[in-house]
Amino acid sequence: MIELHQLTKRYGDTLAVDGLSFQVPQGVVTGFLGPNGAGKSTTMRMILDLDRPTSGKVTIDGKRYGQLSEPLKYIGALLEAKAVHPGRTAYDHLLWLAQSNRIPRRRVDEVLALVGLSSVAKKRSRGFSLGMGQRLGIASALLGDPEILMFDEPVNGLDPEGILWIRNLMKGLAAEGRTVFVSSHLMSEMALTADHLVVIGKGRLLANLSMPDFIKQNSRSAVRVRTPHVEQLLTALHGAGLTAEAGPEGSYEVQDGDLAHIGELAAAHGVTLHELSPQQASLEEAFMQMTADSVEYHAGDGQGRDAAGAPGVWGSTWQAPDAAAPAAGKEN
Amino acid sequence: MASFPAVLQSEWTKIRSVRSTIWTLALTFVITLGIGALLSLLTRNNFSEFAGDGDSPFDATGTAFSGILLGELAIIVFGVLAVGNEYSSGMIRVSLAAVPQRATLLLGKAAVLGALALAVSLVTSFITFFVGQALLGDHSTTIGSPNVLRAVFGAALYLTMLCLFAAGVTAMLHNQTLALGVLVPFFFLLSPILSAVPKVKTLAHYFPDYAGSRMMLVYEQHGQPYGPWAGFFICLAWTVAAIGGGILVLKKRDA
Repeated sequence: MIELHQLTKRYGDTLAVDGLSFQVPQGVVTGFLGPNGAGKSTTMRMILDLDRPTSGKVTIDGKRYGQLSEPLKYIGALLEAKAVHPGRTAYDHLLWLAQSNRIPRRRVDEVLALVGLSSVAKKRSRGFSLGMGQRLGIASALLGDPEILMFDEPVNGLDPEGILWIRNLMKGLAAEGRTVFVSSHLMSEMALTADHLVVIGKGRLLANLSMPDFIKQNSRSAVRVRTPHVEQLLTALHGAGLTAEAGPEGSYEVQDGDLAHIGELAAAHGVTLHELSPQQASLEEAFMQMTADSVEYHAGDGQGRDAAGAPGVWGSTWQAPDAAAPAAGKEN
Repeated sequence: MASFPAVLQSEWTKIRSVRSTIWTLALTFVITLGIGALLSLLTRNNFSEFAGDGDSPFDATGTAFSGILLGELAIIVFGVLAVGNEYSSGMIRVSLAAVPQRATLLLGKAAVLGALALAVSLVTSFITFFVGQALLGDHSTTIGSPNVLRAVFGAALYLTMLCLFAAGVTAMLHNQTLALGVLVPFFFLLSPILSAVPKVKTLAHYFPDYAGSRMMLVYEQHGQPYGPWAGFFICLAWTVAAIGGGILVLKKRDA
């Protein structure tokens, strides 16, 4: 099991990772989510002892990574797709890796077949496409038949077929009882594969919960109303025990409201409605909302970000989707 | 802890599976032999002009090894690439994830690199010596003459140590382009020029190439600051320091 205790990494004045503590649950796919620059890769490098924490620690099965003998048999990682010498064949790349951890040579052929690279095993990796490079990286992660697998943005730059392949691979690995820890900046991708979620922004932990809990907390809906008679409508809603929050462009939104009920209420009070519509927040929007304050680089719309407000506790400041989040959360 | 034999085996696979190994080592051999042979032949045909003023005896061994000053560049490039390609490709992170004991990793690499460089250097120096002597004809020396065998082994050790020195410097700089940019001008231009400049040359006489090349001298030269064995140990000290520095930097730095 991977455990992080107050893990902190500072580069000069920048806190890349800020007191991060969580455990990666065993035997499931855990999605490690955050916008670009949130500290996901830095955290993963610290797990592998490639980057040294400024303070705090991270252990694998209770040991520091550097204390593991033959670590590829405990944890296999894919950090960058093309961290391979371009002039070396796929087979030789996996062979030196296997030899360094005393993994039998036949395992090289096995993982090459597993990722579908057998036919190009003797080709130099210079000519590999991004997808092939990604497959080779995954082959090296699987080489030691480890209990824990860690993938950094494995679907980045892949075609739909490759994405589907990785999705199924991760689910398959978890089904075999392995722990899969995978980073992504796409909630929609994680919603399809992850059983558990760890969300970070600006190096800090924002959420650590199971996927069902995340969905339950974030699939709330609202009813949007627009009227020229704002005062009357708000009074009517208040009278019915409903509260409305200001939405975009002069509209109002009623959390968990019922369309028919609000329509009837307006009619009963003689309020003209210009709009009465259901609003549904997708998980992607909920994620963007949550991390809006911790996104490193924003798209041009400066207004959007201010309107988003502080993310605060998960779910409690939920707002209508198109108020701000789309402008704030887009990757650059 | 990672098993050292496993690391050696893995590093051997790395080194034999890239083309630059063959190319740089073949160039070391071809340049050293080719220039040595050419100068030996020219010397025989123009002996009175080449053999100098007769102040010091004619060094047939040194003539055969005339190509080493260029051949060493190829083996330096070999040392730089063997370490530097890990950094240029980002593979260093994969290597360290496999062998997190960083000193073990670099020592294993240096051991494999050194063994291969020594083997190629020995073949190069012996063949260059015998070919050179054959071409020198009447002016040749024999392997049994005083100090000659030491000079031939010295040439091989010289090339091996420069290769390892280059590897260590590359690990310290963790960038192969930078390492090439520093080492090639240093050995090709700076060191030879400085060792000819008055005053500065006292310092330049302690540079690894000057010190190491003392081992190849059969006759004591006029104004030579120290003997062949002192030169060997000075060159060795540079090599050990470079590898040690490389280990320190590798251990300290984020990969």
